[in-house]
Amino acid sequence: MGKRKISKNTRQSFITYGVVIAAYILLTVLASTGALSSTFKGLLVPVCAYIIAAISLNLTVGVLGELSLGHAGFMSVGAFSGATVAIALKDSVPSEWVRLLIAVIVGAFFAAIFGFIVGIPVLRLRGDYLAIVTLAFGEIIKTIVTNLYIGKDASGMHIGFLDGDILERGGKMILNGPNGISGITKISTFTSGFIIIMICLIIIFNLVNSRSGRAIMALRDNRIAAESVGINITKYKLMAFVISASMAGAAGALYALGQNTVTANKFDFNTSILILVFVVLGGLGNMLGSVISATVLYVLPETWLRQFSDYRMLIYAVVLIAVMLVTNNSKIRALVSRLIPGKNKDKEDEKNV
Amino acid sequence: MSLLNNLINGISLGSVYAIIALGYTMVYGIAKMLNFAHGDVIMIGAYACFFMVTEYGFNPLIGIIVAIVVCTLLGVIIERLAYKPLRQVTSLAVLITAIGVSYFLQNAAQLLWTSNPKIFPALFGNGGIKLFGGDLLIPYKTIVTIAACIIIMVGLMLFTSKTKTGKAMRACSEDKGAAQLMGINVNRTISITFAIGSALAAVAGVLLCASYPRLVPTTGSMPGIKAFTAAVFGGIGSIPGAFLGGILLGIIEIFSSAYLSTALANAIVFLVLIIVLLVKPTGLLGKKVSEKV
Repeated sequence: MGKRKISKNTRQSFITYGVVIAAYILLTVLASTGALSSTFKGLLVPVCAYIIAAISLNLTVGVLGELSLGHAGFMSVGAFSGATVAIALKDSVPSEWVRLLIAVIVGAFFAAIFGFIVGIPVLRLRGDYLAIVTLAFGEIIKTIVTNLYIGKDASGMHIGFLDGDILERGGKMILNGPNGISGITKISTFTSGFIIIMICLIIIFNLVNSRSGRAIMALRDNRIAAESVGINITKYKLMAFVISASMAGAAGALYALGQNTVTANKFDFNTSILILVFVVLGGLGNMLGSVISATVLYVLPETWLRQFSDYRMLIYAVVLIAVMLVTNNSKIRALVSRLIPGKNKDKEDEKNV
Repeated sequence: MSLLNNLINGISLGSVYAIIALGYTMVYGIAKMLNFAHGDVIMIGAYACFFMVTEYGFNPLIGIIVAIVVCTLLGVIIERLAYKPLRQVTSLAVLITAIGVSYFLQNAAQLLWTSNPKIFPALFGNGGIKLFGGDLLIPYKTIVTIAACIIIMVGLMLFTSKTKTGKAMRACSEDKGAAQLMGINVNRTISITFAIGSALAAVAGVLLCASYPRLVPTTGSMPGIKAFTAAVFGGIGSIPGAFLGGILLGIIEIFSSAYLSTALANAIVFLVLIIVLLVKPTGLLGKKVSEKV
């Protein structure tokens, strides 16, 4: 092999960057010429947030190989910490961009802390036992946020748990228990979403193609063999888990700051499952797949399927089952690999994973 | 007295969880898949019983039998159409399909019966047995629930240890390839397991709604998740484990909402689960599987 030849991994990452940048430019042009409907424009920021959540979950499920059913919990942590900070800093930091940046960093930071806490059981549990712990974590976060009250009055910030009566007269609630955070100034923009997506993609691709990334994938493919050649399981699993959690936190902050109101119920088990569906349909370990499937599967029920009104989620469910049946049918797979000869090798590789 | 009362309520709720968890654990043990649609089969069973009893005025017993038949058929159909073609692929693909089935059942129920809550009739009457001179009232529905749970658990244990089909199930969950070589029809055994699991879901749905009468299309999802938790709690794949996990989960839930905080009950349940799994990573009665290189 000549040195000039670009490796398969590098090519794949550049294709992904290219597609994301092209989509961004296309959508920005369409939006400025007014070709996009207002429904579609309203979806841009949430789609960005879900893309980030999907690629971050793909790091856990596809690259690390651990099933997580509580990814929305990390989004929730990021969303509520980020939005609280953004609201608290509203007067002291006038620039929206700076405020968004701080909120996203705070969201990512808090989610990373929770990722670390949840990551510790990861070291002892495997497979479905780990999945249930992440599920439990997601539910615990939902309950905590539902009962958390944060407010601001003349004497500063106050935090209350279970008890909403924390403020003096004239104070203002920021996080109001089950009612969540309302009155958020929408400071998330499509451009900021795009930038965060790019940053996350760059981090993930560089991680995957690094020594650490190869160690993580070695753990996924054969834990015992990886351990026997001296790979530190604790370190690499936690690393992947924390990075994944912090990105989900950033996604949550981005999402929350693009809405008027966020409540804890938004990030429940169903949201975790939704993100998992994006990842599995997009292909495990395939970041471009996650980006595309998150976009299509998030936008479809909100736009095109609207015409079926009541039937839209039913159709969504049928499509989901049908896609899983078709893509996993061995005869159809064999047919596809015969029609596209170049794909043959890839298919073989997939089977071996 | 309130302590005893809460304990009985906890065991009653736990019995419902245990019945659902038994279905989960059997399907998991043999098909190695998390059947997320299980909770929605519960809901369908409850609706079937509801309509038989209220709309058509049948006896509750017939309502329960119809619910069992409907759910068993539904379970077998789901298995045949959605899960059987995916026997050979990764468990994650089957998981997503199960989620698809769950969405389908929930939304179909919403279209058919709307999301307006239906008030489930009191199948077992409103009375109960009075103890300690009337201080403690044990409602009939609680007695039926607990009795049903114990009968089902004992029945399943006898079934899996004594009958040929039951032994075939255990063989399949040990090693499918070897079971097939011994002349066991693996596909049929898996279908039977789904049928039994779904029948249990129907019973659980009726008992759940007898105690908590608000019936909506999402009725099954939270008990489904909790029962899944209970199955893992007791060690997934183990029948006594699912029973123990379910009962404990019910007691913890009722006690934490009675003595700590109603709002935090769910969080406490899940917190206890995490702690148990940290101490005993394969659940309370789970088998420790030694890994071979």
